[in-house]
Amino acid sequence: MTSALIFEQTLNGLQHGLMLFLMAAGLTLIFGIMNMINLAHGSLYMAGAYVTATAAAASGSFAIGVVTGMVAAGITGAALEWLALRKLYARDHLDQVLATFGVILTFNELTKIIWGAQALFMSAPDWLSGTVEIIPGVPYPAYRLFIIGVGLGVAVLLRHLIVKTRLGMLIRAGATNREMVGALGVDIDRLYTVVFGIGAMLAGLAGAMAGPVLAIEVGMGERILILTFVVIIIGGIGSVRGALVGALLVGMVDTFGRAFMPLIMRAFLEPAAADSVGASVSSVSIYILMAIVLIVRPRGLFQAYGN
Amino acid sequence: MKRFGVLAAAAVIGGMACAPAMAADAVKIGMITTLSGGGASLGIDIRDGFELALKQKGGKLGGVATELQVVDDARKVENAKQIATRMIKRDDVDVVTGIVWSNLAMAVVPSVTRAGKFYISPNAGPSALAGKNCDANYFNVAWQNDNLHEGMGQYVTDQGFKSVYLMAPNYPAGKDALAGFKRFYKGKVAGEVYTKLGQVDYAAEIANLRAASPDAVFFFLPGGMGINFVKQYAQSGLTKDVPLFGPAFSFDEGILKAVGDSAIGTFNTSQYSHDLDNAENKAFVKAFMDAYGRKPSLYASQGYDAALLLDSAIAKVGGNVGDADAFRAALKAADFKSVRGAFKFGSNHHPIQDIYVRKVVKEGDGVTNQLVGKVFTAHADAYAKECKM
Repeated sequence: MTSALIFEQTLNGLQHGLMLFLMAAGLTLIFGIMNMINLAHGSLYMAGAYVTATAAAASGSFAIGVVTGMVAAGITGAALEWLALRKLYARDHLDQVLATFGVILTFNELTKIIWGAQALFMSAPDWLSGTVEIIPGVPYPAYRLFIIGVGLGVAVLLRHLIVKTRLGMLIRAGATNREMVGALGVDIDRLYTVVFGIGAMLAGLAGAMAGPVLAIEVGMGERILILTFVVIIIGGIGSVRGALVGALLVGMVDTFGRAFMPLIMRAFLEPAAADSVGASVSSVSIYILMAIVLIVRPRGLFQAYGN
Repeated sequence: MKRFGVLAAAAVIGGMACAPAMAADAVKIGMITTLSGGGASLGIDIRDGFELALKQKGGKLGGVATELQVVDDARKVENAKQIATRMIKRDDVDVVTGIVWSNLAMAVVPSVTRAGKFYISPNAGPSALAGKNCDANYFNVAWQNDNLHEGMGQYVTDQGFKSVYLMAPNYPAGKDALAGFKRFYKGKVAGEVYTKLGQVDYAAEIANLRAASPDAVFFFLPGGMGINFVKQYAQSGLTKDVPLFGPAFSFDEGILKAVGDSAIGTFNTSQYSHDLDNAENKAFVKAFMDAYGRKPSLYASQGYDAALLLDSAIAKVGGNVGDADAFRAALKAADFKSVRGAFKFGSNHHPIQDIYVRKVVKEGDGVTNQLVGKVFTAHADAYAKECKM
């Protein structure tokens, strides 16, 4: 276990965490402001990935693909909110879970009808497909560095949006007291649609970023959705800052658990058992993290404004 | 009035139950397979292969009119069990086939054979059904699960690799895969890693792998997991120094389309390849591409062979599949020309067949598998001796 390996795993954890942040930021806004559990967030991620892969293949440009994917996911999300989900705000969480689960099934089958059952292909653009030796002897994939850059960029932009703009002020106010914001004459319906669209665009961006690294296939959204919920529960529901901290914590714990748990177990067990036990322990490590956080701070690390 | 309604309903239901019975001379086949959700492309390939053979035979297997019903199990054990019960009890099918996944097969096959029906497996070959739980009415026309991994163990040893890194998901089939590989691999194991089932990101594992500096990597990550891993492995720039080896499950034609150039230079073992040089296969590949516009995968060939096996056996018994002993003997004879070449059943009704090695190469805009050699001739599985039949 050299320091170069630890450094490389730190980068991996950072990249994994920032990827989760792109998903979690949107989900936590929707959950915090509209008090809406949106299981279909993963479907928007999938939509982003599929549209990006298709647009990138058709145009030959990665950048056009990403922008098209983001916009498509944003429009899909806003349309979904306007057509179906806004009727669910007043209902209890169980109804929302049931309805948005139905949306997942619909999106999955729709995707299969449009694109077929086989996974789609998408590659990183040429200028990002190589490796970079940040420290000698450790070539790191350039595309993963790019994901880190995009994730940090989105974090800065979101902070600016929420702290410095009028829309951000309304978002903060909406998270604190929705009725009062409505009573003050803000068009709360339109605010909700906009927030939902922003969340959906971020999910679409996450899907677009995932395309060159992961399999673009039906059901890809559900797998990341579970981790995303863990992130926002750890970070505190409704808090974007919490989503960032939670995502980085989950990314680091998950990566380091997978990387080093079998090695640690080898100190106590024979190799075959250590590999197997280590793998099992590392796969539950983030849930242990979540349990610990919930014991210490039942409402997550950061509370949304007021509440 | 109410009683009349009940009577009418009873009459209608009775009528429906009678309708199939009138076509008593037709052979009825129930196919339970995965057509939706994750892994649907495997079931679709099996179905398409089977239906192609049926169409080529004019809707008749063994010269007898054949009713095929295909039902989607969505990869769920409880669905598969329910569908099987319905097929056996209500539809009274003669043969059940189609299941892709070993856990579904373990749940369904015993109830099919217990009911006196036949089960032809076009894919899943769990060790239990090849060993102590083997059954006279169960035939596997694909492989026993370990076969392709065993082939790769032998090939990697033959190629002189001394230190191989192993990777598989942390579930029974993953552990069986690595056990199968190690049964024939003679070198040193540089590392043995079990990843989470359904894992999407392999950056941590790839970094550890690089640090262990092995000669080669053997991995079994079926479906989307394999796509994720192969793409990420290529991005890490390791492919040239540390080549990748795996079973065909991680390199079928559908997966290759999704990974593209990242898979070039990797090797995989299979009992079938679309470029196998025999007349039956050439005709099959052409017909499949004409019908569906894509190259047949190993799964498609298994579906096709399942139909050909049934065709040969039904013809032998003159359509009288009710005579279980004669039908069983006819199936056991495997008197058909498999698209993979030489094929026969061992004592446990699992294939004795050749295992080939394929290399992933560039072809036009995409990539495809190319045969590079044969590792095993007439290879049988390791569990046959535990089967008392």
